[in-house]
Amino acid sequence: MMQEISLNVLDVAQNSVSAKATLIEIGVMETSAHEMTVHITDNGCGMTGEQVKSVVDPFYTTRTTRKVGLGVPFFKMGAEMTGGSFSIDSTVGAGTTVKAVYRTDHIDCMPLGDINETIVTLVSCNPQIDFVYTRSYDGESFVMDTRQFREVLGGVQLNEPEVISFLRGFLIENTAELLQNKGEA
Amino acid sequence: MKSLAELQAIKEKMQNKVGIREESGDNIRVVVGMATCGIAAGARPVLTAFTDEVEKRNLQNVTVSQTGCIGICQYEPVVEIFEQGKEKVTYVKMTPEKVAKIVTDHLVNGNVVSEYTIGSVK
Repeated sequence: MMQEISLNVLDVAQNSVSAKATLIEIGVMETSAHEMTVHITDNGCGMTGEQVKSVVDPFYTTRTTRKVGLGVPFFKMGAEMTGGSFSIDSTVGAGTTVKAVYRTDHIDCMPLGDINETIVTLVSCNPQIDFVYTRSYDGESFVMDTRQFREVLGGVQLNEPEVISFLRGFLIENTAELLQNKGEA
Repeated sequence: MKSLAELQAIKEKMQNKVGIREESGDNIRVVVGMATCGIAAGARPVLTAFTDEVEKRNLQNVTVSQTGCIGICQYEPVVEIFEQGKEKVTYVKMTPEKVAKIVTDHLVNGNVVSEYTIGSVK
């Protein structure tokens, strides 16, 4: 079991990397009505209907090192045990969307955790892939799009330490600004 | 608030450095296992600690990356270090606290920290 939702996101996003996605979109949408929706959308190879059914089974995996795959089952369980929901939409050749909805006022809801560090890790380990991260609260939002970063950077790689530091600061500052009025809402 | 103008400044600073990493022959690769097992055991802060330490010391010849499940889940978080002409070194049950010592002793000075390697727990 993961200690934070953000670690589930890091784990499940690896499936998009394995699916050879060139663009991965991650969204964390919260409302003051204690609902949080987390989605991971990629343009990777997609899955057949049969595969979509099997990935929620812990005894299905594409890995070769052992016989269990717990990434998606953990993600699903984490959402469902709060009274939320979980879904996967996938089309072969077009990509996959994995979506989890949490009731954040449920006692069994894990903390979101350090989602910014998850995004930083994904970008720094996969500089060839573009990431779009959207964080919203009651309709207000900010977006981090590595395609914009790339445009400014020219030939400089996204995983250069200076760029990664900038990305971390960018996420932290924007998140703080977005959430600063949360308590008053 | 951080703006993309700041990124422009980084680009200008970095431009003359582009290519250094690819060209130098004595590259060291630090690879962190980041499958479900690794992440659940705490691989993310370990990876962050490596990237931070490498940046702090400005180690141009070190790249930090990730891999999937290595197959020794009971020893996660696992970190493998690849250096040309040398045998792979596998560090197990890693924590962010162990990272500084590995960077100083192993990556900078070339001395394997044997107390943290898989050989010392098996």
